[in-house]
Amino acid sequence: MINSAIREQFPILNQSINGHPLVYLDSAATSQKPLRVIEAVKSYYELDNANVHRGVHTLGSRATDAYEGAREKLAKFLNARSTKEIIFTRGTTTALNLVASSYGAANVREGDEIVITQMEHHSNFIPWQQLAKRTGATLKFIPLQQDGTVTLEDAEKTITPKTKIVAIAYVSNVMGVTHPVKELAAIAHRNGAVIVVDGAQSTPHIKVDVQDLDCDFYALSGHKMLAPTGIGALYGKKALLEAMEPVEFGGEMIDDVGLYDSTWKELPWRFEGGTPIIAGAVGLGAAVDFLQEVGLDNIHEHEMKLAAYAEARLAEIEGLSVYGPKGRQVGVVTFNLGDVHPHDVATVLDAEGIAIRAGHHCCQPLMRWLQVSSTARASFYLYNTEQDVDALVNALIKAKEYFAYELG
Amino acid sequence: MNLDDLYRRVIMDHYKNPRNRGLFADDALNIELNNPTCGDRITLQLKVEDGIVQDARYTGEGCSISMSSASMMTEAVKGQTIQHALELADRFSALMKGESADFEEYEDIEALSGVNKFPARIKCATLAWNALRKGIDPDQEHQH
Repeated sequence: MINSAIREQFPILNQSINGHPLVYLDSAATSQKPLRVIEAVKSYYELDNANVHRGVHTLGSRATDAYEGAREKLAKFLNARSTKEIIFTRGTTTALNLVASSYGAANVREGDEIVITQMEHHSNFIPWQQLAKRTGATLKFIPLQQDGTVTLEDAEKTITPKTKIVAIAYVSNVMGVTHPVKELAAIAHRNGAVIVVDGAQSTPHIKVDVQDLDCDFYALSGHKMLAPTGIGALYGKKALLEAMEPVEFGGEMIDDVGLYDSTWKELPWRFEGGTPIIAGAVGLGAAVDFLQEVGLDNIHEHEMKLAAYAEARLAEIEGLSVYGPKGRQVGVVTFNLGDVHPHDVATVLDAEGIAIRAGHHCCQPLMRWLQVSSTARASFYLYNTEQDVDALVNALIKAKEYFAYELG
Repeated sequence: MNLDDLYRRVIMDHYKNPRNRGLFADDALNIELNNPTCGDRITLQLKVEDGIVQDARYTGEGCSISMSSASMMTEAVKGQTIQHALELADRFSALMKGESADFEEYEDIEALSGVNKFPARIKCATLAWNALRKGIDPDQEHQH
C-alpha cells in the first residue's frame, strides 16, 4: 500500500521552497532518499567503515560483509543466477561504457552492425556511436513510431545476422514508454547478437527479472532507485563476463601481478579495480530492501494512477502538448506549454516550490526527432500524490497566464 | 522569490520583438555556441572593420532570457570598438555576479541584473556574450 506513511520517510520532502511546500517531480533525474537509506550509510560510517577484501581485522570483515551483502540483495532483486553476475559500478553510464569498451572492442569488427534507437539517453547512445566509429561497424536505428514506441516488425528488419549488439532502454526517460525488451532479446539472439539493456529508468519503477527478459547485459543506477549517487551496477551473463577483459586495472581486481604480466581475480571483482564504492553499495542494499517491502507492483500501480491523473488534468490546459503515447506506460510526462520555453516554465514552477526538469534530458537525437530544442518533464515516484499533480497543473496555468500577459 | 525581478518588461519586449535577429545574406564573421547542459544555441554574426563592430546579428533557440540577452548584446556592441565591446562583456559578467554595472551605451541591459538572483539562469543570460568573446577576443581562452 502506498500511503502518507511512505512519504514521511523522505525527510527532504518536508520543507518549503520559495514559500511553498516542496513538490518534487524530478525523480527521473534522481530520486529522493528514505531515512532507511540515509541511516544505513550513516551507520556504516559510524560503525563499520574499513576497506574491503583485505583487512584481517574485524572492521574489515564487517565492511566486506556489508558490501557483499548488498551485492547479494541486488542479485536477488534482479533475479540474477549468481552474485558473480553483479558488478558494482559508478552508475548506468559506467556500466554501459564497460560493456562497450570490453565486450564491444573484443567482438565488434568492421562490417558488423550495432543497433540502437534514436531515443536512447546519451549514455546508451555515445558509447555505441564511438564504438562503431572506432571499429568501422555500422550504427543502425530501429525506427520510432509517431508516439515514440518501436514495433517488433521494424526490429526484425533492422536486426540482421551482421548485428553484434542491440542496445536499448527498457523505459525511456523522456517519452514515457516501455520497450518490449524480452521480445527484442529473442530477435537479437536469433541473429547471434547480444542485447544490452539500459535499466536506469526501469529498475526503480517496475519489477525486473533478468532471466525472464533473457537480456545479456543490464545496467542500472542506484541514485534513481532511492540509493545514494555514485553507485550502480552492471548485470551480465556469467559466460559473457568470464570471457571479457577488465577495462580498469589496479588494486582489488588482481590475482597475481608479475613484472611483465598479471592475472585477474574471479568474477565479479575482476571488473572492480580500486577501492569500491562501499558506502554506496550499503545504501543501495538498503534501498533494495525498502523497494521490496513496499513492492514494485504497488509502486508501479501508484505511478500509473498518478500518470493517468496527470494526463487527464494536463489535457485541461489549452496549448499544452504532451509527448509520447496516449496512456502512459510509466510515470513520466514530457510536455511543452505552447511557445513558452521550458526553462521559463521551470523557473515559474520553481517559484511555486515545484521541481521539474527542463532541457534536452540528455537526449539530443530524440529532441531533433521531436523537432523541439527542449521540453519540460514531470516524473513521479512512490512519494508523489495527486495533490502534487494538482499543484503542477495550477502552477502551469499560472505560468501560461504570466507569459501570455508578458508576451501578450 | 519574485518572478518580476527576472522577467522585467524590457526583457520580455526584447524576447517578443527581437532586435538584429536573422542572419546577414553576405559574408560575416560567424560564431556558433551551444549551452550543452540545456540545449540553447546561438549563431552570432559580426561585421568587424578597422577594429570596430560595424554590425551584429544573431539567430538561435533558447529561453526568454538567452534570446533577449542576445538581442540586447547585439544592440550594445554595434558601432563599438572591439576593445570596448569586450569591456562591455566584462561589465556584463560583473552584473551577473550581482555587482553594480552601468550600461549607459545601452541601458536595457541593466534589466538583466535580476538574473543573478536566479543562479540556474545566469548561463542563459551569458550565452550571447560568450559568443561575442569567442568571436573577437584572441585571448578568450584565458577569460572564462
